[in-house]
Amino acid sequence: MTRPELQEEETLQAQHPFTESWAMFRKNTAAVAALALLTLITFGAIFGPMLYPVDPFEMVWAPFSPPGEEGFLLGTDYLGRDLLSMIINGAKVSLMIGVSAALMTVIIGVTVGALAGFYRGIVEEILMRITEFFQVLPTLLFSMVLVALFGASLPMITFAIGIVSWTAVARITRSEFLRIRELEYVMASRASGASNMKLMFRVILPNALPPIIVQSALMVGSAILFEAGLSFLGLTDPNVVSWGQIIGSNRQYILDAGYTVTIPGVAIFVTVLAISLVGDGLNDALNPKLRQR
Amino acid sequence: MGILRIVLIRVLYAAALLLAVLVLNFSLMHLAPGDVADTISQSMGGADQEILDEIRVSYGLDQPFIIQLGKYIANVAQFDLGYSFFYNQPVSRLILERLPATLLLVITAQIAALIIGVVLGVISARKPKGISNYLVTFLALFGYSAPVFWTGILLLITFSLNVHWFPVAGMRDVTIEGGFWTHFFDVARHLVLPAVTLGSIFLALYSRLSRASMMEVLGSDYIRTAKAKGLSDHQVVYKHALKNALSPVITLAGLQFSAVLSGAVLVEAVFSWPGLGTLAFQSIIARDTPTILGILFFSALVVIVGNLLTDLALRLVDPRVGGRE
Amino acid sequence: MMRPLLDVQNLTIELTTRDGVAPVIDDLSFSLNAGETLSFVGESGCGKSMTALALMGLLPANVGRISSGHILFEGADLAQASDARLRKIRGNDISMIFQEPMTSLNPVLTIGEQIAEVLRAHQGLSRKAAWEQAIALLDAVRIPNPKGRAGDYPFQMSGGQRQRAMIAMALACAPKILIADEPTTALDVTVQAQIFDLLGDLRKQTGAAIILITHDMGAVAEMAERMIVMYAGRKAELGPVDQIIDHPRHPYTKGLIECVPHIQSELSSTRHDLVEVPGIVPSLREFGKDQCLFASRCRYLTEACLAGRPKPKEFANAQSADCWHAEEL
Repeated sequence: MTRPELQEEETLQAQHPFTESWAMFRKNTAAVAALALLTLITFGAIFGPMLYPVDPFEMVWAPFSPPGEEGFLLGTDYLGRDLLSMIINGAKVSLMIGVSAALMTVIIGVTVGALAGFYRGIVEEILMRITEFFQVLPTLLFSMVLVALFGASLPMITFAIGIVSWTAVARITRSEFLRIRELEYVMASRASGASNMKLMFRVILPNALPPIIVQSALMVGSAILFEAGLSFLGLTDPNVVSWGQIIGSNRQYILDAGYTVTIPGVAIFVTVLAISLVGDGLNDALNPKLRQR
Repeated sequence: MGILRIVLIRVLYAAALLLAVLVLNFSLMHLAPGDVADTISQSMGGADQEILDEIRVSYGLDQPFIIQLGKYIANVAQFDLGYSFFYNQPVSRLILERLPATLLLVITAQIAALIIGVVLGVISARKPKGISNYLVTFLALFGYSAPVFWTGILLLITFSLNVHWFPVAGMRDVTIEGGFWTHFFDVARHLVLPAVTLGSIFLALYSRLSRASMMEVLGSDYIRTAKAKGLSDHQVVYKHALKNALSPVITLAGLQFSAVLSGAVLVEAVFSWPGLGTLAFQSIIARDTPTILGILFFSALVVIVGNLLTDLALRLVDPRVGGRE
Repeated sequence: MMRPLLDVQNLTIELTTRDGVAPVIDDLSFSLNAGETLSFVGESGCGKSMTALALMGLLPANVGRISSGHILFEGADLAQASDARLRKIRGNDISMIFQEPMTSLNPVLTIGEQIAEVLRAHQGLSRKAAWEQAIALLDAVRIPNPKGRAGDYPFQMSGGQRQRAMIAMALACAPKILIADEPTTALDVTVQAQIFDLLGDLRKQTGAAIILITHDMGAVAEMAERMIVMYAGRKAELGPVDQIIDHPRHPYTKGLIECVPHIQSELSSTRHDLVEVPGIVPSLREFGKDQCLFASRCRYLTEACLAGRPKPKEFANAQSADCWHAEEL
């Protein structure tokens, strides 16, 4: 105790919101387990290639060796490549694209939503029309077109996913801003002469964050699914492995080697499931309405 | 405001959105590396600069962007979406040929997902501790997390390759001969797995939302009033509660047109279903830009029309929607 | 002596909350005669509405339940009745008007349909006959142009009109008992008076007994013959309205009446300063304790009040008060 004289006061203080939310989150067993699993997957994606240094592109054994036999834990694919190595290396691509595409949706979505919700009037009108425009574009088709026309590099794929996915974040941010801008403490800051920038980003945004955080977490999951869909269709950088691409390239051989399709699918499924469970947990932990129940 | 005027405004607005899609489409075509001339010369096995220029002039590619755009829009207004050199057919004819298969798949999957989802949602809202509740939770998690093409392949392995209950691919068996019903059941058999696969994503959404919506409605004051009137459980749930619980579900379903088409691309790829998705996939592999952009435009059209119809459907279910505007 | 229409005996209702089980209605007995108006008075949370829901068999499932006691309606016990039996009684023999006309009508069904369906359910009327009867009922509750308004949806009506429609719905099958749970709380003051006028007139026409739940002492004085004062799930005082207002025998009743200056001045021609009952209602956790629950707010507090739950003391004209000091007041 460095400051014993404050001890009593501290016990009287309300808990820090983060502590309180973490306490709520911890009660959700499924979410905690999912978070642990997700941490494990992330570590696997980062350090896996070092711990299991097998080239995912190299033909290491006869094609279609079933899992567990011939010394390969997950077997080999139609070109005799080591499936375990492909899964490990694919994790990196899937997670990287998932996170960066989600980040892009959050940046675009929050900016558009915040401006629309804060300024209202003509700004809101224009921005929401743009949002609606992106909502009528069939998401996957539009990304396919972008990737097909401008090349299947990882940045292009990330962009193609982000540009079609931000509308949900924009709508949530806008509705939160519309709600919060009318609250007393915003009025008070406005009356005390805070600048618009300050109002938007220092006063309103922090209070609008909970649903945005939850949505962003879910966005990572849908971006991973999205990337998997694109690479399943072959719209992916041929120089990297990704989970969807393993399924896409092996799917002609499902009769001979179902596991080459099943296993990467399980990897996607488990990762996205973990993310959505964490998202549910965050939702319960951050939603003050639920907290009172 | 009269209903006609509301409809008119919505239609005008939809037209403006479509116009924006066209501008986007054309800009993409313009920005993309390679043009029609390159495609033609490729199909001829290469051509020199002189011929390329000649082709460009004959297709109006030498004219300013804005004029080309105007021509493009005028063409589309007459439903001329360009010409596919890969298929040697007008794009609009290609699309219309493939459209029925996609519509059949998409509509079947959506209606099945809606009906089953609402029924599951209602059952589990009425019995919060029943088995249907676990089913809804499981479906919701699975439907959200499983990649749809993977679900499709798993179903394909299980039900077509292992037990041979359903055909592996396509929409009909060309070797079959017989009357209307023979063909009807043949298509139906082919349709089951793709529709189930595509429906699984949406079943998850609809069952979860119906459950939440139904639970909220069942706790409302007007349901208490209905019970206080001495109505039967059946009347309380299906007459008083369901109609109210449906409107958020319909709203959500209306927002799914874009997602449905996206899902259809993947599902069609898995089951070689001869629809727009497969066409899009093939034309992307073949770098057939006019066809790709034609499909994009057409899909946006489907989404916009779908949204309009949802809006009208909502007015039928909920009288308040019409009154608010 | 005639058998009362409704005879509630030792009714106890338990509510399951996060903190455990609490008796929200604790050993309540009262009776209601045909054609009589009985008023339930008390602060919110004292169990008035819970009593009403129990009479209707509409306690919130899995949360509230009747743990002991009887509700005898025409001699048959509703506390033991099957769902099917209760359904026949609800809306037919006993009907109810709720507090919130804004949310108590189904937003997606027309007013006419919501009235007509009661008639179809209980009287087996045809679709057409029920609709015409619904229009007649709207007319009876003084809604102008009833034929046109029957096709309206609730959102097209004002709060007062909706409450009239609710009353029409409740009276559709000429019930023997009408329970009105704070029927005017959500309405404007001028509309409140109109609704009470309407209820009074309809009562004269139909002869229905009314259970009026309210915290409006003025309305009680105007409408009811007898009243029950509830506090923390228990009966505090019961008796003829005039007599109680004139001479309350329970400190809580006294406090309530003193809150409303005009009743005092009109009825006893002495004026008191406007007071309010000090303190707050006990939390659910304290319900059911073997002591007087009003003790913490009471001016007349003695040791006896904390030693045990007071027994009812009887006075003239069947007035009774559950207070250790009732005679002294």
